[in-house]
Amino acid sequence: MAQTSAHGAKAPYHLVEPSPWPIIGSISAFVLAVAALTFMHPDLFGKGSEAFFKSLGIWKVLIGLALVLFTMFGWWRQVIKEAMTPGLHSAVVRLGLRYAMVLFIASEVMFFVAFFWSYFHFALYPEHTVGQVWPPKDIVTFNPWDIPFLNTLILLTSGATVTWAHHSLIEGNRKGLVWGLVLTVLLGITFTACQAYEYVHAAFTFGENVYSGVFFMATGFHGFHVIVGTIFLIVCLVRAAKGHFTPERHFGFEAAAWYWHFVDVVWLFLFTAIYVAGQGPVSLPGHGPWAG
Amino acid sequence: MSASHAAHDSHAHDGHDHHDHTPSGIGRWLYSTNHKDIGTMYLVFSMLAAILGGAFSVYMRMELAHPGMQYMSDGHEWNMIVTAHGLIMVFFVVMPALIGGFGNWFIPMMCGAPDMAFPRMNNISFWLMPPAFLLLLGSAVIGGGAGVGWTIYPPLSAAQYHPGPAMDMAILSLHLAGASSILGAINFITTIFNMRAPGMTMHRMPLFLWAMLLTAFLLVLSLPVLAGAITMLLTDRNFGTHFFDPAGGGDPVLFLHLFWFFGHPEVYIMILPAFGIISHVVSTFSKKPIFGYLGMAYAMTAIGVVGFVVWAHHMYTTGINLNSRIYFTAATMVIAVPTGVKIFSWIATMWGGSIEFRVPMLWAVGFIFLFTVGGVTGVVLANAGMDIALHNTYYVVAHFHYVLSLGAVFGIFCGFYYWWPKMTGREYPELAGKIHFWVTFIGVNMTFFPQHFLGLAGMPRRIPDYPDAFAGWNLVSSYGAYIAFAASMGFLVMTVWVLFNGKKVTQANPWGLPADTLEWTVPSPAPHHTFEETPQIKAAASH
Repeated sequence: MAQTSAHGAKAPYHLVEPSPWPIIGSISAFVLAVAALTFMHPDLFGKGSEAFFKSLGIWKVLIGLALVLFTMFGWWRQVIKEAMTPGLHSAVVRLGLRYAMVLFIASEVMFFVAFFWSYFHFALYPEHTVGQVWPPKDIVTFNPWDIPFLNTLILLTSGATVTWAHHSLIEGNRKGLVWGLVLTVLLGITFTACQAYEYVHAAFTFGENVYSGVFFMATGFHGFHVIVGTIFLIVCLVRAAKGHFTPERHFGFEAAAWYWHFVDVVWLFLFTAIYVAGQGPVSLPGHGPWAG
Repeated sequence: MSASHAAHDSHAHDGHDHHDHTPSGIGRWLYSTNHKDIGTMYLVFSMLAAILGGAFSVYMRMELAHPGMQYMSDGHEWNMIVTAHGLIMVFFVVMPALIGGFGNWFIPMMCGAPDMAFPRMNNISFWLMPPAFLLLLGSAVIGGGAGVGWTIYPPLSAAQYHPGPAMDMAILSLHLAGASSILGAINFITTIFNMRAPGMTMHRMPLFLWAMLLTAFLLVLSLPVLAGAITMLLTDRNFGTHFFDPAGGGDPVLFLHLFWFFGHPEVYIMILPAFGIISHVVSTFSKKPIFGYLGMAYAMTAIGVVGFVVWAHHMYTTGINLNSRIYFTAATMVIAVPTGVKIFSWIATMWGGSIEFRVPMLWAVGFIFLFTVGGVTGVVLANAGMDIALHNTYYVVAHFHYVLSLGAVFGIFCGFYYWWPKMTGREYPELAGKIHFWVTFIGVNMTFFPQHFLGLAGMPRRIPDYPDAFAGWNLVSSYGAYIAFAASMGFLVMTVWVLFNGKKVTQANPWGLPADTLEWTVPSPAPHHTFEETPQIKAAASH
């Protein structure tokens, strides 16, 4: 296939030193998994310890989660340090980070495919147990043109503000960058708050039927991604304030922006498919194509 | 391990002056950012898991050797062992060996790169495997175990039939193993796209790199769908949702769709790396360049793409409509075309070649023969009409063991012997390797060929007992399994022995044959750090 000539230049790659973070992360993930298991099955380690695990409640899961977050904090702090060290993140290394981020987002898209697949499976061929109509006969849905539409506007606006921040960054305008990011973060937090308000006022519970399950699962995982994206943007805001980004080199910011746009697009699909097309009887007048 | 350490010392002088220190102690493995060490850990992990997975299969064959219940207490115990055997072999033996082991070892070296794109992420890919394995072992023993098969279909896997924690442990084990594979796949794709030596265009890169690139894409695009499906199964079981429960409007068939949307690409995930290895071995030991290089690369691409749109051929008996069955039959048989391109190109590579039947070549030729048998029975099963009759019989078991335990596993052994001198700096004993091959070849064929007859006669799978009429071939099959397992144990003993006592290899290319990929340009065993200076690639005469 190919043959070699004499060795050439020194490889332009970033060879990292041995690191404790991967194994800490793996142990954290294991603790989180076992904690989740004892949350679902307090008798996992026998009847003797059942009362103990019950008494820990949700806290044991939060401890596992905290360990995972600790790993992420330490690991990424290390990566940011390396990014700020001249000579480590060469142009080809930065290109590699771009590939990785695109692939990560692609895998996230496929994760949401599972939930959209479920939604359309249930919506297009509703079972007789839910009245063969979609949404199911006993479900009172949200009015899509109420809070959901507000949330759509919030996310679309946040997409504009993050682009404003990006253009300011390219122009070397740090003030515009910081303000654009502050607004984006605030809009993200507002979205989460509106979503929480909506969840509290839902006319159905998680386990009611297949509509409520897929509604909370799909919008819930989206909401989780909004929170992750908001944290990512907050990290970028801190880094922007510290002057980490230059008009030429700011991949950390771009990755956050890509992720934010991905979250935005998922919402548009959720809004169209679940809220608008899947609209049923609501407190305010509204008609969806499947509104039996 | 000690071999590669010693090897480093003897090569410390060869120009890689800086950074060429091998970390010592346990930290070398726990904190590793070295693709060779991580690859070695994957291979060792895979071998340990294989002992357990293989022991389960021997136990199953002991049970099935004679009609009536022999050793097991009931059908649930049988199901539990089927589940553990399947999940261990798929997620903890074949994938870690082919992808984690050989992928880590040879993707950077074939690229001419000093390491993977993200060495730390590479390490967490490995270290997520032991926790996943622990959870899977827990799922086999705690609370009666999970007896659902590797496909974990509801309603059997729902809380109603598996109320205990075992099923949830299996689900979380798959979450961790899946996260490990997705991270690994992102690493592989980035390395192959971004770190090839100057001059190594996509159309000049070795076929093993093509195979691993496509495998990684299949992983990135299919595993998250499984993650979504098992997450819904988890909430169905523990938090009251009804995704797969018709009482609340759900549908168990949805789980089958989601599972097989992952599950079918998964079978190509297990075989594509083996395709890559076989191409190199057949070419090397025929002393000819591979026949139809571009055709081979794009045949794998076609298999990967079409592999995503054939999933419901696993679901012909679930009541999917006639048009779906027609489509999935046709689409599935299309895959036979690129697969045929590969088989015939391997044969054409050997044609007129000066073939040397060293041990890796024996495994490669064995692979081609046995994978073809499994492929042909696959074409039979692709037909919805035939599958209605053969579904859930031993014919299906024979089919997928011919492509996996005789296909993918032969690919693993092929790569193991081929790269053994490069990885350890020792020669394997040729005679022992040949005995290992022939005993395994006889053992696995004795195990699985009679299962075609049993399946055609109507013997159902996933049942620990059978009518007396099936007795003869089942006994043959069981003896075959004992022979194959004995061969594997012999291989393990040989491996450990060779690691410390094998004859040392001195040349960079011990085969003395035209193996033209970059791993053969570095000393044997490969030093701890390779290609810190980038090699230049030029087109060979054949391209």
